[in-house]
Amino acid sequence: MCGIIGVIDKRRRPMDGSKIRESLAQMDERGNGEGAGYAAYGIYPDYKDAYALHVFFDNVKENKPALVKELESWGTIVHDEPIPTFEAGIKKVHTPWRFFFKPDISRAQEPGETADEIVMQLVMRVNTARRGTLIFSSGKNMGVFKASGWPEQVADLYRIQDYQGYLWIAHNRYPTNTAGWWGGAHPFNLLDWSVVHNGEITSYGTNQRYIESYGYRCTMYTDTEVVAYLVDLLVRKHGLSEKLAVKALAPPFWDEIDVMPAKEQELNRALRLTYGPALMNGPFAICVATPDMLLGFTDRIKLRPLVTGEHGDRLFISSEEAAIRRIEPEIADVSMPKAGEPVIGRVIA
Amino acid sequence: MAAVRIDAKDLHYTPLNQQIRKAICDGAKEIVIDNVLGQRFIGDGLRGNDVTITVNGVPGGDLAMFMSGPTVIVHGNADHAPGNTMNQGKVIIHGSAGDATAHSMRGGRVYVRDNIGYRGGIHMKQYMEKRPILVVGGSARAFLGEYMAGGLLIVLGLNGQPPVAERGVGSGIHGGEIYVRGKIDTKYLGVGAKQEPATPDQMAILKPIIEDFAKAYGIDAAPLVSASYSRIAAVSARPFASKYTPE
Repeated sequence: MCGIIGVIDKRRRPMDGSKIRESLAQMDERGNGEGAGYAAYGIYPDYKDAYALHVFFDNVKENKPALVKELESWGTIVHDEPIPTFEAGIKKVHTPWRFFFKPDISRAQEPGETADEIVMQLVMRVNTARRGTLIFSSGKNMGVFKASGWPEQVADLYRIQDYQGYLWIAHNRYPTNTAGWWGGAHPFNLLDWSVVHNGEITSYGTNQRYIESYGYRCTMYTDTEVVAYLVDLLVRKHGLSEKLAVKALAPPFWDEIDVMPAKEQELNRALRLTYGPALMNGPFAICVATPDMLLGFTDRIKLRPLVTGEHGDRLFISSEEAAIRRIEPEIADVSMPKAGEPVIGRVIA
Repeated sequence: MAAVRIDAKDLHYTPLNQQIRKAICDGAKEIVIDNVLGQRFIGDGLRGNDVTITVNGVPGGDLAMFMSGPTVIVHGNADHAPGNTMNQGKVIIHGSAGDATAHSMRGGRVYVRDNIGYRGGIHMKQYMEKRPILVVGGSARAFLGEYMAGGLLIVLGLNGQPPVAERGVGSGIHGGEIYVRGKIDTKYLGVGAKQEPATPDQMAILKPIIEDFAKAYGIDAAPLVSASYSRIAAVSARPFASKYTPE
């Protein structure tokens, strides 16, 4: 199980986190209190040009100086501070911290290396080193807030209602294959991509080997992490549209491809052959967020629930209709997307 | 005894179900629950053939699971698996239902006015006089009647869409029958399923069921009972015998 909820305001009108908190808490039965989290976009307008690095330190005193040194060797720390936390009945096993960081592009190691690439490499290096420091969020003007606990506890820990975002995704976790811990809570994030997921990626081994051949490193002991990196690779690095990326991750069956018109057949065959190791098997319902888009899709045979609805400028995606109605009681129509087919909401302003 | 009204606003399903049970113990025959939003397990395991529960709102999953007798009327959409392993009674949904509607159902009836999600009627079963019935007014998604072992499933396709136009219909079916108004494209038939036009004898069995469904929603039954239907069932008495038992 697991519960997911996502909402985007296509005109970037801000929503505070209180309704998302209520919506996720409504699905408490989908979790077991060992992980919950929220990703919000548009929350750091004062530092919108800097990468907002959210970090868990095991021990601030011991671990922070090394990270500062590493960051300063690649750019400038514009500002840093502890992420405010409040009493919420959660044992604070990590200290959440945020750095607003600007990489120095002149220090790129290879020609054409972008600021994104420098930050991505930095995240992989820091997280692989396992020195009591985990960078779990690295996008601009956005941030992930997560911990081990129930949805309402994690929301209260960070006072999620104090943040104003135009795009939110949130997740209530029921860990099944690995132990629950702060880093294993969703959303998973890299650069601007955030992912929440209900289900399990049974092809994780294949997907992990594939993604690590491109320099990504899986360090969080859970399958969803690989989805965030796959989306980053396919869309940011390979330039696929989000729709094509979904077709690569959850492709049509061969018997369906066989009866497509010639041109479509050619495209789908090429995608399946090129991205065979990126194909995700097993039951899943996934929401992906990036600054201008909210995307939802399920596995090809629909082994996990996903419903969607629109109201005014807002698109909602969730595991349960009631969770959407908790935010927007007046929503007229809630529908169920077809298995493997993406639902996309984009900003228009 | 007058109808008992329960306000479910911000109420967890445990105290809600406790209130329902208490009302029935106290002799209530009519229970109306308002402001339902996502509460799971409503009416689960309840007995009492003369009890009617009206649900106003959108209930959570496993509505009327293991229920044996009462009638549950939902004014709203249901989530996953309404009628899960239900034994007796009736569920009437004025809206749509989620995945695995009538999951493992073993008796009674589930009516859904609009659409159902994936795997409707999965593993429905029957024994002696126990024969569950699921009737869907709109359309169903893929894997309708998957692993079906018994019971009756009728999909009318009344919303302008075909009754089902996705893969795996009756995949793994080894008992029971699925009827669709008109017929489905054979490419959507699952492993072990075959489709044939319904015979007059079979239509005679469907007629009172369709009439009862139409009555529940105030629609005209005449054009529905005079339409042609197809029956989807297992290709043989034991379609998977060679698959699982070594010769």
